[in-house]
Amino acid sequence: MFAQLRTATLLLLAITVLTGVIYPLVVTGVAQLLFPKQSNGSLFRENDQVLGSELIGQAFASPRYFWSRLSATSPVPYNGNSSGGSNFGPLNPELKKSVDARIKELSGTEPLNKPVPVDLVTASGSGLDPHISPAAAEFQVSRIAKARNLSEEVVRELVVQHTEGRQFGVLGEPRVRVLRLNLALDQVPQKK
Amino acid sequence: MLMRRVDLGLDNDSCTCFDGALGNLSWDSPNDAGEVLMNTNNIFQIVLFLGVLLVFVKPLGAYMARVYSGSAFFANRFLGPIERLVYRISGIDSQAEMTWKLYSMAVLCLSLVSFLAVYLIQQFQGFLPLNPDGFSAVPHDLAINTAISFMTNTNWQGYGGESTMSYLTQMLALTVQNFVSAAVGMAVLISLVRGFTRRTANTIGNFWVDFTRGTIYILLPLSSVLALALASQGVVQTFSPPQIVPLLEPLVDADGKPVTTQAISVGPAASQIAIKQLGTNGGGFFNANSAHPLENPTPLSNFLQLLAIVLIPAALCYTFGDMIGDRRQGWALLAAMGVIFVPLLVCVTMAEQQGNPSFGEMEIDQTASAIQSGGNMEGKETRFGIVNSAMWAVTTTAASNGSVNSMHDSYTPLGGLIPIWLMQLGEVIFGGVGSGLYGMVIFALIAVFIAGLMVGRTPEYLGKKIGAFEVKMAALAILLPCATVLVGTAFGVVTDAGKETIFNPGPHGFSEVLYAFSSAANNNGSAFAGLGANTLFYNGMLGLAMLIGRFGVLIPVLAIAGSLAAKKTVPVGPGTLPTHTPLFIVMLVAVVLVVGALSFFPALALGPIVEQLHQAKQGSGS
Repeated sequence: MFAQLRTATLLLLAITVLTGVIYPLVVTGVAQLLFPKQSNGSLFRENDQVLGSELIGQAFASPRYFWSRLSATSPVPYNGNSSGGSNFGPLNPELKKSVDARIKELSGTEPLNKPVPVDLVTASGSGLDPHISPAAAEFQVSRIAKARNLSEEVVRELVVQHTEGRQFGVLGEPRVRVLRLNLALDQVPQKK
Repeated sequence: MLMRRVDLGLDNDSCTCFDGALGNLSWDSPNDAGEVLMNTNNIFQIVLFLGVLLVFVKPLGAYMARVYSGSAFFANRFLGPIERLVYRISGIDSQAEMTWKLYSMAVLCLSLVSFLAVYLIQQFQGFLPLNPDGFSAVPHDLAINTAISFMTNTNWQGYGGESTMSYLTQMLALTVQNFVSAAVGMAVLISLVRGFTRRTANTIGNFWVDFTRGTIYILLPLSSVLALALASQGVVQTFSPPQIVPLLEPLVDADGKPVTTQAISVGPAASQIAIKQLGTNGGGFFNANSAHPLENPTPLSNFLQLLAIVLIPAALCYTFGDMIGDRRQGWALLAAMGVIFVPLLVCVTMAEQQGNPSFGEMEIDQTASAIQSGGNMEGKETRFGIVNSAMWAVTTTAASNGSVNSMHDSYTPLGGLIPIWLMQLGEVIFGGVGSGLYGMVIFALIAVFIAGLMVGRTPEYLGKKIGAFEVKMAALAILLPCATVLVGTAFGVVTDAGKETIFNPGPHGFSEVLYAFSSAANNNGSAFAGLGANTLFYNGMLGLAMLIGRFGVLIPVLAIAGSLAAKKTVPVGPGTLPTHTPLFIVMLVAVVLVVGALSFFPALALGPIVEQLHQAKQGSGS
């Protein structure tokens, strides 16, 4: 028994050095060398100024921007330090309330004349989802065109530019990167 | 139809080419879109996943058989020196043999030491380096729960990774246990194989050697490759503190203060995520687990992780057949797993694609189309949509992985029932690395026993007579986790301490508790995460359930291994029930399903089934 405990302790130490020190350090070294951008959070810059992460979404509430999905993180939505979903069960009245509130926000003062794409009224699993579906983007095009005094074609063209298809045409779902799209919106000169 | 004017160049074209490959699936036509619950792309992604998995079963399975049989192979040349160094440091005689009791003691000793190590590192993380967020000691009950959780290959998490654990704790305590607990499971499976292959022997191998070889030759190389592949997709791997980025549109927090930046937690995640999936561990680096964009950033990273979850459990079936000298036996076990897995996968996909009926009256578009996945998107990520979330939910609970890429608590009643039930089946449909297959072999023993009763012959399996001792141990290994789930859930829903932290009202709240105990007692680790599990009650109860689920199965299995090894081999006779035929596969599947259904139907009726009826009523009432 004692001999076995001793062996177990020494073995765990050896394996700890191997899998808990050498392995993560080697992977870090190689990853930093080969994929420096990806392994540090996929931050993107303009003129040396960090603008955001390709992979982490942000919250938007102004009618001038495309809105991201709902986020259940606290204390603020899209809190990059505390990921998580709403965990509302499908029949939870709170879920219905949050969906209702979102629909009200989306409709603003004028009534909706089209059904809202489901991803725009639901919270993502991580609370940090950087994407919305192309349907959710299309839904917002007319609002943004009006708020920015742009033609819908211009806005829609930007959406298309920021839409990714399925990876290799097969995997995952088509999606629009909200932060990048909104940054691009700010670059468009307003027509007088 | 809103997007008609714009050519997104997305879906319609790329999809038609798969139509031919999969036959004429005319039900994908957009006219009856409201009724489509399995569209072409859904089917194609599922078929692709299963196809690629099958491709890997034979080569990896054969490789693992070589690793454990001790014969020389190519990896020896590079990794052999490391293996021998580990033996020298730990004073291991690699030629020594162990009886099943000695083998069990070795497993228990390593588990005990592991538990202490994980506990102590959490207690002292405040004084240790690599702690950029300055986290202090983890509270005792949570630290004990976490130590049990990672040592037993459950990886249940009562904590949020990015807000509790320092980088050092994640590496030295958690990553290491991801390897250790997985290698232990595989070693126990291999000792069970020796029970079948050895004749009148009183030993079943050397645990230290099986453990070390599994770690060095199988887990470490696979993890290194996967970790780099994941890093290429955007899984973070760094020691820098959280990244600060500006917010394009500043927010106002609850106190009315403006928030202009976003801190993004990072860390050495890729190395841990790789082994978390390959070792069927499932404990996330971040709280949102594989739903977190820095833990699972792209559909490709999702595909690779999904594959990694079932890769070793599936390939071990081949290893099993190879090592006992009859590969058909391994394929038969794999087939039995597949027969249960695929229909349940289809069920969950359809349940989730259907969407949430209680949204019925609202103006919400839940229909799948070329520009959205539709369906029940609460708790799911846009890049994964319905099919990749459903595939993950089924795979992670079939295998005892327990990582999630969507929040199971928000699934439809039927979509949530199936993951619960898959765990309750004893984690034998792929199951944990090693532990899944030894669990399935236990069910095979019960199946031959029942078949033996039917025809009045002494049951045999793989050339060994199955006697009273083996059947008793097998029954024990099956009943202990079942009883733990049911008794634990009962305690959870009758005590105030248990009810206090239930999150969702009504039958769904019951499901949360049932899910938690099903997950813990079967060493899965996923959760209906609404349940507030970081309380003294749940940390303690679930910790106990995890211990019973691990050792209440593992030790009976080793006892069976020892008892079988001591027996003579009986030659195949005309009265022997062949155990590689479709007939036996059906028999085995029936035993697994009947045991699972009989044990848990009443409990499931109180949770997800009632909820489904509620939902149906709401749907028709509106």
